[in-house]
Amino acid sequence: MNATSCTTTSAAGSDPITREIDASGRVPLFFLFFGGAIWLVVSSIFGLLASIKFHSPTFLADCASMTYGRVYPVATNALLYGFAVPAGLGVALWIIARLGQTRVLQPGIIAFGAMIWNLGVLVGILGILKGESTGFENLEMPKYAAILLFISYSLIGIWTLLTLQSRREKSLQAPQWFLIAALFWFPWIFSTAQLLLSVHPVRGVTQSVINWWFSANLKLVWLGLVGLATSFYLMTRLMNRALYSQYLALFAFWTIILFASWSGIPATAPLPAWLPALSGIATVITLVTVLSVAVNVFRTCGKGCGQSENPAPGKFIAFGVMAFLISWFLNVVNSLPELTRFTHFTWFTVAQSHLNVYGFFSMTMLGAIYYLIPSVIGVEWPCWKPVKAHYWVAVFGILLFAIPLVIGGVIQGISLNNPRVPFADLTKSTLNFLRVSSTGELFILIGHLLFLGNFIALGLKLARLYLIPAGLGAIAEMKPAEVKS
Amino acid sequence: MNYGALIFLAAFLGLSASWFGLVLTPQIQLGRETQATNTVNTAELYPIARPGLASEGAEIYRANGCVYCHSQQVDQSGTQVNFVLAEVGTNPVAVAEALLKAKVGITNANALGLSGGVPKTILRGTSIATAKKAAKAVRDAGADGRVEILSVGPDIARGWGARRSVAQDFIYDNPVMLGSQRVGPDLANVGSRLPDPNWHLRHLYLPRTEVNGSAMPSYKFLFQQRKIQGQPSSEALRLNGEFAPPAGYEIVPRPEAKALVAYLLSLKAGAPLFEAPLSLAAVVAPAPATNSPAK
Repeated sequence: MNATSCTTTSAAGSDPITREIDASGRVPLFFLFFGGAIWLVVSSIFGLLASIKFHSPTFLADCASMTYGRVYPVATNALLYGFAVPAGLGVALWIIARLGQTRVLQPGIIAFGAMIWNLGVLVGILGILKGESTGFENLEMPKYAAILLFISYSLIGIWTLLTLQSRREKSLQAPQWFLIAALFWFPWIFSTAQLLLSVHPVRGVTQSVINWWFSANLKLVWLGLVGLATSFYLMTRLMNRALYSQYLALFAFWTIILFASWSGIPATAPLPAWLPALSGIATVITLVTVLSVAVNVFRTCGKGCGQSENPAPGKFIAFGVMAFLISWFLNVVNSLPELTRFTHFTWFTVAQSHLNVYGFFSMTMLGAIYYLIPSVIGVEWPCWKPVKAHYWVAVFGILLFAIPLVIGGVIQGISLNNPRVPFADLTKSTLNFLRVSSTGELFILIGHLLFLGNFIALGLKLARLYLIPAGLGAIAEMKPAEVKS
Repeated sequence: MNYGALIFLAAFLGLSASWFGLVLTPQIQLGRETQATNTVNTAELYPIARPGLASEGAEIYRANGCVYCHSQQVDQSGTQVNFVLAEVGTNPVAVAEALLKAKVGITNANALGLSGGVPKTILRGTSIATAKKAAKAVRDAGADGRVEILSVGPDIARGWGARRSVAQDFIYDNPVMLGSQRVGPDLANVGSRLPDPNWHLRHLYLPRTEVNGSAMPSYKFLFQQRKIQGQPSSEALRLNGEFAPPAGYEIVPRPEAKALVAYLLSLKAGAPLFEAPLSLAAVVAPAPATNSPAK
């Protein structure tokens, strides 16, 4: 295989109409993805800070902003809202334009929305560091940041849907179904959660129920719909063949909508029993989502799945699908009443959530961004080697992060269920697993630096190719003008 | 084919079902819960709103993300029904005979020891019907006994609470911080479990002074190290050995630290409720202190 050849591995080199469609989304996609690249670095730096604190409890103890309970949510929010959601929106916009054979409508407004989004994330993260976190997991950003995020999402979402409306290819493919549902569902869950948790807080544990409902709908439904739409679309593009079954894809779509949206309430929650029971049953049913996606993906790629010639973006996508299957399966395991006693309140849930948000969704988005950027910007990545390096560093980091936490979590859970194990010993028994997972986070950070580096290298190449010749051209054009005057 | 509107409508209905189920219905069922009288002492209202300093402390707890390592919910795996002989009366032999005759699973050898000190638990982990049968037999023989229902489970055995947490416990919390991770112990009843405010202050300042090898971060920023002027402050932390401040200095808690400790001490979710009953004996008897401060 040819490591530096790019034409075969990216979206570039297609027909002029496709090129024009891709170019129409250039500005908004740049703001969404470049902002995301920066937030990824921020997220892993804060993640690393948080995990150092387990090994050295007095590390940065004099600074309120650097306490574990502020640094940790910054890491999760920077990943979720800094990278995952905007990257998902960008990729969704591109897929909708591509499948609809239409140009992006009002790219300026969408780019403006992307800027407000990044501003909102910045304001929100500073708010958390200042101690203004809401106290709700996955919704820590204070009210004023949430307003910015909501306005921004509305701008991006409305014009993405209008782009869909203006499509020339009228029939809707499976990925478009997924994206339509996801696009309108986020504002619903986000506004419900904000209104009932921050603006007019409801009383008592209903707050927790709404928080769990929001988290499951963001992490399973939204990320699931957008991530799977991207995997399905890119698989067909990369392998140049149709999806094995549209019907299986739609089956996955309906099971996510009807069942994943009900999951997320832990069996041990202090609630009337019907709530965790119903939620647990719905989560178990999502096993059929996992199976239908597995069958569809493996049948689509056939023997091509493990190909070493798989280009770098395809590797990211393939890893993402595997992580999807594993993390959604672990989510089902976590919801079974007999097993949840050993996994709830432990690092197991953290590993499961990270495998979903990072291993599945973020890896899929990274693959998509690596694939589409050359065509959208009009310039190939300067070199594919750092892209491949990013892939391997990320895979190594994710495995090193998740596997110890799954094992350590189960050990922690077994000890939690044995009251004869003193609590201090229980925490100590997990520390070695945490050390290994901190190493994993270090690798993930290196991967993010490579991602940002790739973007910067592309920017430099772009400047060399266009800005400098354009500048020279402008000077050349100016001279006769000067002569005239 | 253009199914756009149809997909939108169907997805809308499908997804909104979860909104009705997991947002609207819990709000209808739980949203109006109010302070109530509990089952054991009908005059006592539960829960009680936090006093000012403690509710300021809840804000410190929220701002510093204590929720990422500490849960505030006790789980219970089941209940255990016991039969307790409260009073033997004048004829212990008749009581023993009555119990044997009632066929509640008491062997002869057990029955012979009945005349010892009371109250005495004679049946453990039995069914309610059997315990009631034993109670009737004992009463008929002129003695007295009671059926005791205890909550059991690993959390309760650790002494984190006498019963499981229920929705009623949280009606005055805003935000409700149930937590999802137990890097540290559960705090639902930390106020009854560890009632010493000075212990909490030292523990927040440097957790390892109180719990050997603790993984909890130090919250030094809630404290102030200052030069002793004249008399040492009465609020200064008593720290010994390697943890002590340099000579001539003292560590005093800032208002935030005091508020946080007031909040921690206010965490007592132990009242017996209809949905989480407790026998009086269980309320009175202290839970085993498995997570007591390390010496």
